[in-house]
Amino acid sequence: MNSIEESRTARALARDIREAAAKAPGPLRYMEVCGTHTMAIHAAGLKSFFPDNLKLVSGPGCPVCVTEKRFIDHAILIGQKYDAALVTFGDLIKVPGSLGSLATFRSEGGAVRVVYSPLDSIEISLQQPSRPTVFLGVGFETTIPTVAATLKTAKVREIENFFVLPAFKTIHPPLKALAAKDDLNGFLLPGHVSAIIGSDSYDYLVSEFHKPGVVAGFEPLDILLALRDLVRMTVEDSPEILNDYKRVVRSDGNPTARKIVKEVFEPSDASWRGLGVIPRSGLALRESYSRFDATLHLPVEVPDAPDDPRCLCAAILTGSKTPDRCGLFGKECTPEDPVGPCMVSSEGTCAAYYKYGAA
Amino acid sequence: MTGRLIRDIIVPRLDRGQLGALPDSVVLSGLGESIAYTTDSFVVSPIFFPGGNIGSLAVHGTCNDLACSAARPLFLSLSLILEEGFPMEKLELILESVAEAADQAEVEVVTGDTKVVPKGSADGIFVNTSGIGKVDGSLRPSPKRVEEGDLILVSGPIGNHGLAVMLSRAEFSFDFDLQSDSASVWPVVERLMELGPGLKFLRDPTRGGVAATLNEIASLTGKGIAIDESAIPVDESVSAASEILGIDPLQAANEGKIVAVVGKGKGAHVLDLLKDCPLARGAAIIGEVTSENSARVVMRTRIGGSRILPEPSGELLPRIC
Amino acid sequence: MCLAVPMQLVEITGEGTGKVNAGGVRADVSLMMIPHVKLGDYLIVHAGFGIEVLDAEEAGIRLDLFRELAEATAGEEEP
Repeated sequence: MNSIEESRTARALARDIREAAAKAPGPLRYMEVCGTHTMAIHAAGLKSFFPDNLKLVSGPGCPVCVTEKRFIDHAILIGQKYDAALVTFGDLIKVPGSLGSLATFRSEGGAVRVVYSPLDSIEISLQQPSRPTVFLGVGFETTIPTVAATLKTAKVREIENFFVLPAFKTIHPPLKALAAKDDLNGFLLPGHVSAIIGSDSYDYLVSEFHKPGVVAGFEPLDILLALRDLVRMTVEDSPEILNDYKRVVRSDGNPTARKIVKEVFEPSDASWRGLGVIPRSGLALRESYSRFDATLHLPVEVPDAPDDPRCLCAAILTGSKTPDRCGLFGKECTPEDPVGPCMVSSEGTCAAYYKYGAA
Repeated sequence: MTGRLIRDIIVPRLDRGQLGALPDSVVLSGLGESIAYTTDSFVVSPIFFPGGNIGSLAVHGTCNDLACSAARPLFLSLSLILEEGFPMEKLELILESVAEAADQAEVEVVTGDTKVVPKGSADGIFVNTSGIGKVDGSLRPSPKRVEEGDLILVSGPIGNHGLAVMLSRAEFSFDFDLQSDSASVWPVVERLMELGPGLKFLRDPTRGGVAATLNEIASLTGKGIAIDESAIPVDESVSAASEILGIDPLQAANEGKIVAVVGKGKGAHVLDLLKDCPLARGAAIIGEVTSENSARVVMRTRIGGSRILPEPSGELLPRIC
Repeated sequence: MCLAVPMQLVEITGEGTGKVNAGGVRADVSLMMIPHVKLGDYLIVHAGFGIEVLDAEEAGIRLDLFRELAEATAGEEEP
């Protein structure tokens, strides 16, 4: 489609959303739980299409936002103690821990490499076999299989100096907690996470919480279509889980990918920045892969790193408060000098609010 | 960080009247208002990238800063800081590129310096070039001349340098034809100068890309800028690379492009002036200066939405999210 | 957490690996998660892995839906 056709489709969908929203009994609040959706919505200026009574809030679906300060500290301490090469996705490099960020560690001489694929970290470990290479394992269900596959490869190739420091998060546990909130009408569900876990896996949103969810793609039109379906389901009080990304997401997801994950990882409790510990919301390496576990083989003392008590990110990440309600916002906490996770990610709720204004 | 360093620490100590405006290049006062002067240091990594290397970049970058003062680049100094043990073959290639770029840009390297520092003190090689250019004509580009209704021109497809450099980093294994657009843009500026007073302002969108430059224009002029995303020229390979890595082409550096503010109504004329200029292939009018949203850049997105285009913050990085 | 791009599989380079292309940018990707993929398929590529194969029929259905919606507004004034 050319951009004129796309604009026309967008206008048609926006009109449908407005018409449906006009019939709503009250304000409509939906949550999206995928950092990539947050980015796509901002990049396309989608909120300028919304009627006044429709709000879309960002949930804890961004790996940068929910990675604890302590994880960054842990990585840096390993880098310092063992002269390890730390390998990471670009998303993490500016996240400040208590000892500074990976970027500051790099500027002080630390070996930090940014990769596009976790497989690149295998190449890096082969370049310097006498030095431990530690891959910083963050991400949700889209990324987790890629790291699992990397670990399988490392095992087959018998690589001795490759390790993973896990901080993976899975989407269902926080989603269940969020679904209970009265002030959320439904969810825009993550497209590529769903490609792995399947659109069928969200049925509890309807059966336990009577709330609709729509699996959405990442083109602006995909998101508008999903919102239209969400609003319609709310207004008709007929919540369902709809798959609006059928060209990629199957109802049972990608079982091959899930099998690879199961071979390598098992569920564990995980600590989410701003939200605390959520049981069985993370992953740990299985016994059969424990030789790649950085926590076991590169032990360091990592002090607790509590978040600033004045930071409102917990409320912001769950959609309960807006950034302007936080006393630190724009003063001690800015994108250049972030205090909390919502400002750390360049499209975190607070960072977006700061750059783009209230939306 | 560099911004604060410059604003809070450097300028207060050194400004004696000209530095404070932080020009990329400056027309020297007291010498007949006809000489422009600039300096730039080059620390690019990787040193060799598709379409150029640190040497050609150092020539082009400084020539382009002069061009933005509407000054014809004439002379360059070349300073090299080499890490001990830097391979001679690489140095020779870099110097050959400097020579080639200088000859093409019709500038002469007239003075220079070379220093060797211990291993680990420089990232292979650092280069500084200073440039002198001749200002023709009395009407100089200036933010003060920008008015509501003026048009914003970009001289060709954007983001090529930033994405080519990013893709060629050793840790990524992509195969691609995309090249840096590194070039001296004086020939483009020379044509734009035929607009006379219709040429209001010039900037080369290097670090931070077109997004940084548009925000700079908005903040220097105090006016608003409205741009149309679907009017912005982007090569297909840049578009693909930027989607794969999660990088916004508007934030990616350009080393052979110009952003110009031209007078209201001059759109067709300026595109006509540029149509035979090989360095301005794909030039386009992408927006205009407005009275609303002062000091901000607002973009109409491809699907007809609207958003602010903020100033980019720092390093371009590939994302998973 | 979901940044992934459709890229076309243009070559199978080994056991579970292939070369993909999008807009002239080519990458080596792992096909471990999508063993059923065929040459010419479009894959969703995330972090160097194909995570799913694009269903061309569903893609067509979506385009048809969008074109219908576009036509419905074609008569209206462009803002």
